Amino acid sequence: MAKQHQSGMVEKRGIGIWIAHGVMILGVLVIFFPIWLAFVASTVTQPEIVSPPMPLLPGDQFLANYKAALFSGVNVPVAKMLMNSLIMALGIAVGKIIISLLSAFAIVYFRFPGRWIFFWMIFLTLMLPVEVRIVPTFEVIADLGMLNSYQGLILPLIASATATFLFRQFFMTIPDELAEAARVDGASPMKFFIDIVVPMSRTNVAALFVILFIYGWNQYLWPLMITTDPDMNTIVMGIKQMFPSGDDVAEWPVIMATSILAMIPPVIVVVSMQRLFVRGLVDSEK
Amino acid sequence: MEKRVTFRGWLLPLLLIAPQVIISAVFFFYPAAQAVWQSLFIPDPFGLSARFVGLGNFEFLLSDKFYRASFVTTAIFSVLVTLCSMIPALFLAVNADRLIKSSGAYRTLLIWPYAVAPAVAGVLWLFMFNTRVGVVSWYLGQLGYDWNHVLNGGEAMGLVVFASAWGRISYNFLFFFAALQAIPKSVMEAAAIDGARFWRRFFTVVLPLLSPITFFLLVVNIVYAFFETFGVIHTITAGGPQQATTILVYKIFSDGFVGQDLGSSAAQSVILLVLVGLLTVVQFKYIEKRVHY
Repeated sequence: MAKQHQSGMVEKRGIGIWIAHGVMILGVLVIFFPIWLAFVASTVTQPEIVSPPMPLLPGDQFLANYKAALFSGVNVPVAKMLMNSLIMALGIAVGKIIISLLSAFAIVYFRFPGRWIFFWMIFLTLMLPVEVRIVPTFEVIADLGMLNSYQGLILPLIASATATFLFRQFFMTIPDELAEAARVDGASPMKFFIDIVVPMSRTNVAALFVILFIYGWNQYLWPLMITTDPDMNTIVMGIKQMFPSGDDVAEWPVIMATSILAMIPPVIVVVSMQRLFVRGLVDSEK
Repeated sequence: MEKRVTFRGWLLPLLLIAPQVIISAVFFFYPAAQAVWQSLFIPDPFGLSARFVGLGNFEFLLSDKFYRASFVTTAIFSVLVTLCSMIPALFLAVNADRLIKSSGAYRTLLIWPYAVAPAVAGVLWLFMFNTRVGVVSWYLGQLGYDWNHVLNGGEAMGLVVFASAWGRISYNFLFFFAALQAIPKSVMEAAAIDGARFWRRFFTVVLPLLSPITFFLLVVNIVYAFFETFGVIHTITAGGPQQATTILVYKIFSDGFVGQDLGSSAAQSVILLVLVGLLTVVQFKYIEKRVHY
């Protein structure tokens, strides 16, 4: 989104530009400070932190702290929590994309009884975020025996009206001639779906994947409720569990190393797929 | 909008839509109906039976001073989060928009916090302001200000607002920046030729052109503050001190899940459902109209 068309007429005076640079650099520094501080804390020793003020430049304990976090942790090794988070985030992202592609295809390319009822039913789920149906949803998962399981972590979060609407909107722009040709050739609807519709949707799928992966990775309340077994903790909810109850002093270097580890995967996804991410963000909010 | 060309058959489409519908029914509609049903009862202390009380739970809630306080807390909290995330974001976006070549680099740096989970953001801010080891609270102490969000409700609110708004600045920045880039340069030049200086142009020309995206972000940020900040509050204050940071969603959790007061928690869920419904309608009414910016 580079802006090449800006002519010389508007603001060419040097000083304004330098002020703008100054403001941006200051803004970036302020916004980065919490992350920087967490990184510094993850590279120093516990005594350096508990006798304030802690240093503002990294120490030499990087390897020791990250090794301690990844392989021992506090209640459970962080490597295990990272794996749980990865499974949950991928399960949610892939699951949402698949069921939304299928249902959008059904709604756009077929006329079947109850189509509008189902359409509105999917629409209404927008109004039911998990936060407002906490206790009853927990009871459903408990009745189904899905506490402390990946199914329990993933399934209640994979119905998505947003993704279904996004795909529906996109399918409406696919030229009718393609479906016509497929019908004339005697291709089955599923062949048309797999050979034409899915490949054409790949940019939308990728953009949505970035958004949904982060959504899944960053879940907190739901894993907090249904994973009582530390072995099933996800990293984002597991950090809070690393704080001691009562007056014990928290193991800050390990906790901060875990915080850094918790943000690395989503940051990599967002920064490396920036273009897709911005597109996905704008699309999914439309 | 309807497709002209469709496929025949009814069994296949029903099978295709089935996963979505079954998941919605089991994990969305049934629990929501359960919430409505449970809100009409008060279970006995042993959970063996429940007494039908009609709208009793609602009457009790609306006269409960803690619940009403939670409404006020939520309102203050969401207004502050929205302001603290939108104003810096707009300011940064306007500055980035002036820089032609390097705005991409700044954007890459500024989107980081979006990827940080609210709960992790909570831990980072808690660490900075921790009463024993926090760097910021220590330097505040040197300046003679005694920071203690564990005891001071106002400071606790400030801390959860900062931690919640922090990641949101990235999000708002991206939308404001995209909207600014979409303003035709001829408009800006016309204003420049008329002799309007930068900030005057900003308030008379740019800001009115940004009003649709601003309204959109207002709604989205309020929804965020209502529902997605649970992680921040749970990690930093757990609703305290003295419920100073207990927003509505947190209260449903603490009454229902921790306090096991199912009837009241269910009634609170129903009230919140109505609120979400209203917000969703506002969002859609508005988005239908949002054709250009």
